[in-house]
Amino acid sequence: MQILYFAWVREKTGRGGEEITLPAEVRDVGGLMRHLAALTPGHAAAFANPALIRAAINQDFARADDLVTNGDEVAFFPPVTGG
Amino acid sequence: MARILVQEAEFDIAAEMAALTAGRTDIGALASFTGICRADDGLAAMVLEHYPAMTERAMARIAAQAEARWPLTGCTVIHRVGRLPPGAPIVLVLTASNHRSAALEACAFLMDWLKTRAPFWKREEFTAGLTRWVEARAEDDAAAQRW
Repeated sequence: MQILYFAWVREKTGRGGEEITLPAEVRDVGGLMRHLAALTPGHAAAFANPALIRAAINQDFARADDLVTNGDEVAFFPPVTGG
Repeated sequence: MARILVQEAEFDIAAEMAALTAGRTDIGALASFTGICRADDGLAAMVLEHYPAMTERAMARIAAQAEARWPLTGCTVIHRVGRLPPGAPIVLVLTASNHRSAALEACAFLMDWLKTRAPFWKREEFTAGLTRWVEARAEDDAAAQRW
């Protein structure tokens, strides 16, 4: 599955995104965040406070308990600040 | 259908207004909002990042909400990305309707929702060389909730 990072989540993970295989035990956005946080110290720093992170599944805003599948594009980013 | 654009280039407000009303005799009100980059605290530039695959879709969805809630006869939303110096326009919202209340309310609604539901992020660059991501404001969330 395709993972994307934006703003300070991109800076802390040190990458704009990555291709991963969804582990069988990961079911939802919150579980995916816990899985990603274990990848590198940068990921751990980015996901240290999940309450600060927003997500989108296939370009739609998603919540921590929304389900993810291996074909999804899931993006993680801070609360938006446009306008 | 609203006109939705995400672009680095500056927009031409007069040309966008003219395009929305050209050949129309049913528009009695045209409201506009332009967001402009302020030079707070020695700001040298604002850098706007976005999620390209999602941005226009999110903006179109917000505009569709406005069109469903108010009797709009025209709507344009242009949001800039990239590095913008103080004084540069960032965002333009135009709403046209028969009467002013619909145009003004829809314009305010669009800005409130754009600030809280479109995937843009602002990073501030200061003259001292520091940079800082702008944090989301509770006031913006409250403003978006009132609709």
